[in-house]
Amino acid sequence: MTTFPMRRQRPLDPPDEFGVLREQGSMHRMTYPDGHEGWLVTGYGAARAILADNRFSNRTELQHQAIPARAAIAEQFKAQMPDTNRQPGMFLRMDPPEHTRFRKLLTGQFTVRRMKGLEPRIAEITEERLDTMTAPADLVEDFALPIPSLVICELLGVPYEDRETFQRDSATLLSLDGDVGSLIAAYQDLAGYLYGLIAKKRAQPDEALLSGLLDLEDDELLGVAFLLLIAGHETTANMLGLGTFALLTNPAQLALMRDDPSAVDNGVEELLRYLTIIHAGPGRAALEDVEIDGHQIKAGETVTISLPSANRDPAHFEAPDRLDLTRSATGHLTFGHGIHQCLGQQLARIEMRIAFPALLRRFPGLRLACAPSEVPMRSDMAIYGVHRLPVTW
Amino acid sequence: MEIKADTDVCIGAGMCALTAPEVFDQSEEEGTVVVLVSPVPEGQEALVRRAVQQCPSGAISV
Ligand code: HEM
Ligand code: SF4
Repeated sequence: MTTFPMRRQRPLDPPDEFGVLREQGSMHRMTYPDGHEGWLVTGYGAARAILADNRFSNRTELQHQAIPARAAIAEQFKAQMPDTNRQPGMFLRMDPPEHTRFRKLLTGQFTVRRMKGLEPRIAEITEERLDTMTAPADLVEDFALPIPSLVICELLGVPYEDRETFQRDSATLLSLDGDVGSLIAAYQDLAGYLYGLIAKKRAQPDEALLSGLLDLEDDELLGVAFLLLIAGHETTANMLGLGTFALLTNPAQLALMRDDPSAVDNGVEELLRYLTIIHAGPGRAALEDVEIDGHQIKAGETVTISLPSANRDPAHFEAPDRLDLTRSATGHLTFGHGIHQCLGQQLARIEMRIAFPALLRRFPGLRLACAPSEVPMRSDMAIYGVHRLPVTW
Repeated sequence: MEIKADTDVCIGAGMCALTAPEVFDQSEEEGTVVVLVSPVPEGQEALVRRAVQQCPSGAISV
């Protein structure tokens, strides 16, 4: 019986244990911190099959938590905040048909074409950030975090001046080892802020996305806003920070991203595959007995899917541990698969396709301002990345 | 090659429109799949097969 591997040997590779397990098979019995005997999924095929299978539920209350520090906190959080178990608009944690209702409300706002329409504004935001940067800099604070934050604020209609609140609170909520007191405080603070914002939109609707959802109940709108605001800035921010770190330590790949416009789109897909920043889950709970890859999963058992491991499966990607911006990375599971596949993926793609080349072309001499081993990694966070990236040029 | 698309199943992820933009679009309102041309024009078959493979919800088939 295994437990969930968390310790990385090298900052850009998933823990070696995943590779060892994957050689033995695609699914493994795993003991959860609360004693539950569930499953760990390490293979590409099994991961994709489970994510596409609606006999698996994404409801929080049906799942056991795989990460030890999180498991302890989750129990206390449930005991102290019983009413948050039911988060009315948090559709990531719903099954059909409830999930479908929210998803269909939003998909029209995130189509490929709509996101393309945002390109000029995202390019402008990126150039403005680059104009303000002076060497040496922390790339996270000066570039990676502000760009997606500004973009999601404009899209949703959240004042960017309020970023301190939501950036601080989401950082606390995404920490894997915070204490329950600060977690609850962050939850309440952000919820209070968003309720206030919703009231303002009701009084004075604008053109942005949240005002388009005023038919929802306040509680529902809170859940949607919570999800979109956190998912909308933390994810792309970490891809930009970690992706730049990966490129700086792979100079030939960096040169491709900088000098060859035709390499950018595919290069972004490869960075997504190689870095797979959602590194601790997702989980699902079997609603009935299901057979996957010859394994019998019983109703009620939790499965934890390692997306980084699936994306490094040599059965699907040749030489998977090599970062190669020219390979075909299509089919990667970084945005998930099935009905919960990332709603914001076309936005994230456009942000990265603009931001990486713009940064590298503005500062062709960009380099790390510390040893690679000194870069503080986000092993303690639900979304992987770098806490800081000291750079100069 | 004919395309079948089921907008009830579609979750509007846009992989089809990203992969084969000359064949698939998404509706303005719901973001669900719109088939622009079927049968598939010559030279687009491989892209369409890849789009079908990429679709996360199984909403499109040929
Ligand atoms: C590189 C950036 C991103 C990555 C790697 C990423 C990854 C993911 C993954 C893996 C899931 C599925 C989780 C599961 O199946 O349990 C997901 C869902 C989701 N993502 Fe993202 N995401 C990114 C950017 C964004 C952005 C920019 C937004 C918002 C604008 C966003 C909004 C969402 C939402 C709302 C869901 C839930 C969808 C549903 O349940 O139907 N994401 N994301
Ligand atoms: S890829 Fe599939 S789910 Fe996504 S928009 Fe196209 S048909 Fe719908």
